Amino acid sequence: MSHRTSLGLDNRKMAFWAFIGSECLLFGSLIATYLVYKGRSVVGPYPHDVLNIPFTSISTFDLLMSSLMMVLALAAVQRSDMRWAKVWLFSTALLGIFFLCGQVYEFTSFVHEGLTLQRNLFGATFFVLTGTHGAHVSVGVLWLLTLWYRALRGKLTAANAMTVEITGLYWHFVDVIWIVIFTVVYLIQ
Amino acid sequence: MQDQKPAEHGHPTAAVYLRVAAVLVILTVLEVGVFYVPQFHGVLVPVLLFLSAVKFTLVVMFYMHLKMDSPFFTFLFGGPLLLATAVILALMFLFGAFTLRR
Repeated sequence: MSHRTSLGLDNRKMAFWAFIGSECLLFGSLIATYLVYKGRSVVGPYPHDVLNIPFTSISTFDLLMSSLMMVLALAAVQRSDMRWAKVWLFSTALLGIFFLCGQVYEFTSFVHEGLTLQRNLFGATFFVLTGTHGAHVSVGVLWLLTLWYRALRGKLTAANAMTVEITGLYWHFVDVIWIVIFTVVYLIQ
Repeated sequence: MQDQKPAEHGHPTAAVYLRVAAVLVILTVLEVGVFYVPQFHGVLVPVLLFLSAVKFTLVVMFYMHLKMDSPFFTFLFGGPLLLATAVILALMFLFGAFTLRR
């Protein structure tokens, strides 16, 4: 049950923004570690040997579109259009699953090319950073599928719009972290 | 369990969401384009960081509704974000990423 804080704000939303703030520090530390050790690997494979920009660009596009689906789901729930809410929620989860499949393919191909967690500093920092992000996407997909299932059973209504909004906050945060990772790790080599 | 009616709303319309998505796609295409054009290699890092910052801001302002919501949420998010950025820059400085050339 949600309550109003003394600021007149929803307590769950405020708590979730505080959580997102703490997540900024988690990803900040991982990105800092990646950047500090960047270019210090003494054995290959190096970033330019393995990173596939066209493939990752498609993954980035996929995640951006999933964010669009998420806000459309929220808008549908807020106007009590549960039919479209179900469609957008499932689409968001599906695009998240596509992103994860892409990440599994990418990790597998990197391992085949000799880049592992133990191989060099690039491998260690890259896999920890992108793997932590992937774990967050996985949690988001499970969360979205749970909401979608609730919507299918008629247990998600306009009265639960805040629940969908908080789910959206998490999903968009995962998206903005990828925006940073795509630039810092993939494009600035 | 039902939610109380949120007071801190005034969310954008679907048309605004679609326009933001279009801008995000265009910026992503620009990012990848800049990466492949050799003429941009001299200014690649600042250009990519700028484009990334614009995308980040658009998602946070419109999709996460910080533009319309209470400024307190901006404080809860912006404070740790600034701290994280400061930590990244400080560690890069300490580990010699910004070593001055003689």
